[in-house]
Amino acid sequence: MLMSAPRTSPDAGLPAAASDVVIDLRRASFGYGERPTVTDATLTVRRGEIVAVVGPNGSGKSTLMKGILGLNERTDGTLTLFGVPGDELRDRARLGYVPQRHTLSTSVRATAEEIVSTGRLPRIGWLGRLRATDRQIVARSLDVVGLADRAATEVSTLSGGQQRRVLIARALAGQPDVLIMDEPTAGVDAANQHVLADVLERLVERGVTMVIVTHELGALERLLTRIVVVDGGRIRFDGTPERYAAQRGAVHHDHDSHHHDDELRPHPSGVTVGPLDVRHDGRRR
Amino acid sequence: MIDLLSIDFMQRALIAALLVGTVAPMVGIFLVQRRLSLIGDGMGHVALAGVAIGLVTGVAPVWTALVAAVVAAVVIELLRTRGRTNGDVALAVIFYGGIAAGVVIISKSPDGTPANLMKYLFGSILTTTSSDLYLFAGLAVLIAATTWALRPRLFAVANDEEYARAVGIPVLPLNIVLAVLTATTVVVAMRVVGLLLISALMIVPNAASQLIARSFSGALRWAIAFGLVSAVGGVALSYPLNTPSGGTIVLLAVGLFIVTAVAATVRTQLSRRRHDIAETHPHEHGIECGHEAIPHGDHVDYVHDGHLHAAHESHYDEHGHEGVHSDTTGGAGAAGTVGAADTAGTVGAADTAGTTSTTTGTAR
Repeated sequence: MLMSAPRTSPDAGLPAAASDVVIDLRRASFGYGERPTVTDATLTVRRGEIVAVVGPNGSGKSTLMKGILGLNERTDGTLTLFGVPGDELRDRARLGYVPQRHTLSTSVRATAEEIVSTGRLPRIGWLGRLRATDRQIVARSLDVVGLADRAATEVSTLSGGQQRRVLIARALAGQPDVLIMDEPTAGVDAANQHVLADVLERLVERGVTMVIVTHELGALERLLTRIVVVDGGRIRFDGTPERYAAQRGAVHHDHDSHHHDDELRPHPSGVTVGPLDVRHDGRRR
Repeated sequence: MIDLLSIDFMQRALIAALLVGTVAPMVGIFLVQRRLSLIGDGMGHVALAGVAIGLVTGVAPVWTALVAAVVAAVVIELLRTRGRTNGDVALAVIFYGGIAAGVVIISKSPDGTPANLMKYLFGSILTTTSSDLYLFAGLAVLIAATTWALRPRLFAVANDEEYARAVGIPVLPLNIVLAVLTATTVVVAMRVVGLLLISALMIVPNAASQLIARSFSGALRWAIAFGLVSAVGGVALSYPLNTPSGGTIVLLAVGLFIVTAVAATVRTQLSRRRHDIAETHPHEHGIECGHEAIPHGDHVDYVHDGHLHAAHESHYDEHGHEGVHSDTTGGAGAAGTVGAADTAGTVGAADTAGTTSTTTGTAR
């Protein structure tokens, strides 16, 4: 049986209101080429949820996230986004992707505002330019992440945490229905992690739905409504933070442990974590 | 200069230089951004094969070069994307295959003298015909218009390809368009700059502009300015000096780069000396931070424990005490000349903030 959280996941017999479901995965497998690195993933994210997808490096959590974003191949199962099949979603900016970047492009100069403006592009016509309202949205996005007075600052001079917030602002500029963040706190020092957590809290107050992929909960823990643990390419746990805390020992997403409680699914016989998982990180540019 | 303008071939060469000097850096900035600075060089190699075919068959070499370069551009981009094989090696095969075919085929044509080959490889002010000029003008307008129209999307794709794909920007088509723009620029530039030196005019002005600009739009404007000065200046100088125009243009561009590098270094030194950084500052000022915000010229000072703090790069600068905005003196000249680079497009480069608005003394 698939793990489902008591409060948040829809029951099989209780179809959710279509407008309420943001991401719906059914027995989906994702990966590159023949070998899936994530198998049999079933996951439903509804509007207003703040979901953390946690797991050790190479567990498949990034693959799962990129699968949702359509950045790698789905080899099995179904993916439904906002009620339509994932491949048929035209308005992809509804998924606000915040990638993990340790540095923003340093090959050429660009201001924070210029980077954030690219997030607005999916919302304007092909030959159109940013209008006054678009510029306002860009400015507001920078404001929400606390970078209003650094709009004209060249991004490579910003700190790692500030650059991460630029990328969040870029996603916000597209006015997404869900923010999908890859390791937003990785490589960010403690002080900036708290600034970042404050920014995310501000977004939570505005009712933004979030999926946060991370290998450590850290400063974000207090914001979450739900935790999903991925290990060995499978979803091992899906529930509230309270339930997660209670079962923490059993879930055991420690970096070197592959022990799982009986309640959790047994390790699949097929190899689900391999060199591919490492490679897709390396392929990022 | 008046004499130069009265000579027919010089008029044509100068107009061609004007066109090339504008479009080459416009396209080049995206190549720099994508770290493909040498791709234009390779397309120049392939274009030589096209020129050779034109010379042998009697078709205008500009047209055959255009076809060869555009086909190569599309193939290269597809190889780069699809490429399971080593993309680098595939490029090398195409590029050297192109130039080798060019040299061999040209040797079989009636015009295949070494002097003729030199003109194509390194540029000559004598070779631009009037029919060429119309074609160049048409292509240049096409390149400039396309680049301008697609600029935000080309920027987005070059900046973060994965993100662009995730939000549904068509990445491959845009990359192919950029490749074709590059190939077309190669052909427009081949007469005055030469096929072996074209890439320099796309890249070197951008290398110089990156040293002083603080935004993408500012960098683009500076690159076009550097490109125009190099191209037009190079053509104009090559006549009295009796030098190949391509080499002269590129040397001028490199000279501009060196001068800019020195100026930028001097400016950095000066600005480092005169700016005070607020002590360790984990707090982020903003609308809701509770500290009084005082707009001051082109920046905002936050009153923080009696100190004025203004955002600068990743930190906050000390702008003196509450009520008394510090006067920073000296170095304003250096910042004024070079630092003004791109303030037009942006709210005001943070670096100049400290120097341009410090004379008022009191903030309130």
